[in-house]
Amino acid sequence: MNIKRQGKRNKKKNNGFQREQGYISGLGRTADIILSVVLILISLLALLPVILVIIISFSSEEAIIESGYSFFPEELSLDAYRYLSGHLGKILQSLGVTLLVTVIGTVLSLFLISTMAYALSRKDFLLRKLYTTIVVIPVFFGGGIASSYAVNTQFLGLKNSIWALILIPACSSWYIIVMRTYFLSNIPPEILEAARLDGASDARIFFRFVIPLSKPIMITVGLFEAFSYWNSWYENLLYTDSNHSGLYTLQYVLYNMEKNVSFLTSGDSISGLSAARVPTESFRMALVVVIILPILVTYPMFGRHIKNGLNAGAGK
Amino acid sequence: MKRGKKKNRRIRGKNRSLILLSMPSLIWYILFCYLPVVGIILAFKRYRLIPGKGFFYSLINGSEWVGFENFRFLFLNPEIGKVIRNTLLYNMAFLILGTVIPVMLAVGISYIHSGRIRRFVQISLLLPYFLSWIIVSYSVYAFLSYDRGVVNSVLGSMGIQGFRFYQSPSLWPFILCAVNVWKSSGYMMMLYYARLMAIDTELFDAAAVDGASNFKVIRYIILPELKNVILVMTLLNLGNILSTDFGLFYQVTRNSGSLLSTTETIDVFIYKALMEKSNYGFSAAASLIQNGIGCIILVTANRLLKKNGGGGAAL
Repeated sequence: MNIKRQGKRNKKKNNGFQREQGYISGLGRTADIILSVVLILISLLALLPVILVIIISFSSEEAIIESGYSFFPEELSLDAYRYLSGHLGKILQSLGVTLLVTVIGTVLSLFLISTMAYALSRKDFLLRKLYTTIVVIPVFFGGGIASSYAVNTQFLGLKNSIWALILIPACSSWYIIVMRTYFLSNIPPEILEAARLDGASDARIFFRFVIPLSKPIMITVGLFEAFSYWNSWYENLLYTDSNHSGLYTLQYVLYNMEKNVSFLTSGDSISGLSAARVPTESFRMALVVVIILPILVTYPMFGRHIKNGLNAGAGK
Repeated sequence: MKRGKKKNRRIRGKNRSLILLSMPSLIWYILFCYLPVVGIILAFKRYRLIPGKGFFYSLINGSEWVGFENFRFLFLNPEIGKVIRNTLLYNMAFLILGTVIPVMLAVGISYIHSGRIRRFVQISLLLPYFLSWIIVSYSVYAFLSYDRGVVNSVLGSMGIQGFRFYQSPSLWPFILCAVNVWKSSGYMMMLYYARLMAIDTELFDAAAVDGASNFKVIRYIILPELKNVILVMTLLNLGNILSTDFGLFYQVTRNSGSLLSTTETIDVFIYKALMEKSNYGFSAAASLIQNGIGCIILVTANRLLKKNGGGGAAL
């Protein structure tokens, strides 16, 4: 009873920023420690696959051939990375493609999503109902991939074009809905009204006031879009033939190496390395590490934004 | 009269700039969502591309109507029963696991006192969400490979014979459920956690005054608060009951032929019909069934929920 009352007093004291602190105070010290330990163990379990891949990339090829992939390799080695840096040609090419697709794609999708979200958030927009329907229907009904594939390749001519990678995943109804909700609840209508009385056009209001006021949601959606472009492989699988491998993204290069390690190195017999000396196993994992490194580095920095964005989504 | 006209023009003018602003997005929807919806008449045609003419010309002028022929072939296909069964069972398992585990995790972290631990747990559990299926497939392989995998070497050190995972279809329902939970729980947990943090603190104060136990707080405050989010999520998942994540079933299994009996789902089936057999009509027919049934389930469930005053209003 005593503890509870103390808890209550604590809560009174914390009242107001308890939510910001983000926890429910109700556990005793021991229970708190046990729960923390359990959840930390679960988190470590979730990190294991990533840790394993990193360790394999630093394992020596002999150790892998001898005793398999291991969290505790018998011998560490930088061979995979050395080999990687010696065969940068195709990797730099596909890194270029991936970066281009990620940058242009993210900017484009932010533009498409935010403009539509803004129109849908304006209660005086005459076509609001119609546009909302247009945006919501694709969430649960689409033409299927055969029809999409035929339209994209035989009508829009996107086969073997870099635009397939950029345009096809550019817009998302889900993010439009999230962003519209954000606009509705976070942009004071008075500001819009004042700007309108000053004679500003809607486009002007949007770029001058709405976008700066919604930086948090822009960052969140931008981040999610950037990650999804960085991770894209599906468009390559459907829309890029193998004789256009210059358009492959990093992920798709990795996919091809699953079947054929020589994918990256084919054609450079000058390198003089015999097949046996290529650190095949660790080399693949080194490429995996290179690809997830930007995610591993940037993602924790944006943790707060991701949380805010999810908050906005859940507040729907 | 004149004033009214002026006001009218003002409204129209204002709307014009909104229409202009949202035009690119609308065009995107027409090109990438609605043209394919029109193109679904593929399902009733024997598609033949006329060289030099586009898709729609070939579809309308060059391809003959075959009625429900494609659907007949679809249901005569010896694989289809298995494929539908797999899809339904996986989705049911994902629905249950994908609700229970994230809710437990969300309630769990919301009770942790230390902000640092809370952040660590959130960041590590959400990380898999940002990895592509290709990367996931590689790390799953590092665990499950027959001669090199970590699982088999651990089993081996205990004197247990290793598994040929990529040739043992009976193990994959468990593996794929685990992979799916690992990849998606963090995101769902964050959604539920966000909802939890939006609960009015006065409710907790009142519970403390009443001397309610933690169990009662969870039972009578937290779960009812989460109910609506859970309902909406369940509803969306029900609408997608015949759809699966292509990457999970195609990449993580390494498209291994001997696993198909327990891992092939409708999306993989549709993909193969299109890309490996170039059978447009057949593939489109399967898509149409997939989408149609999902749509019917969604609308029905939404209506039922609305009738019972649930959170279905979200749609």
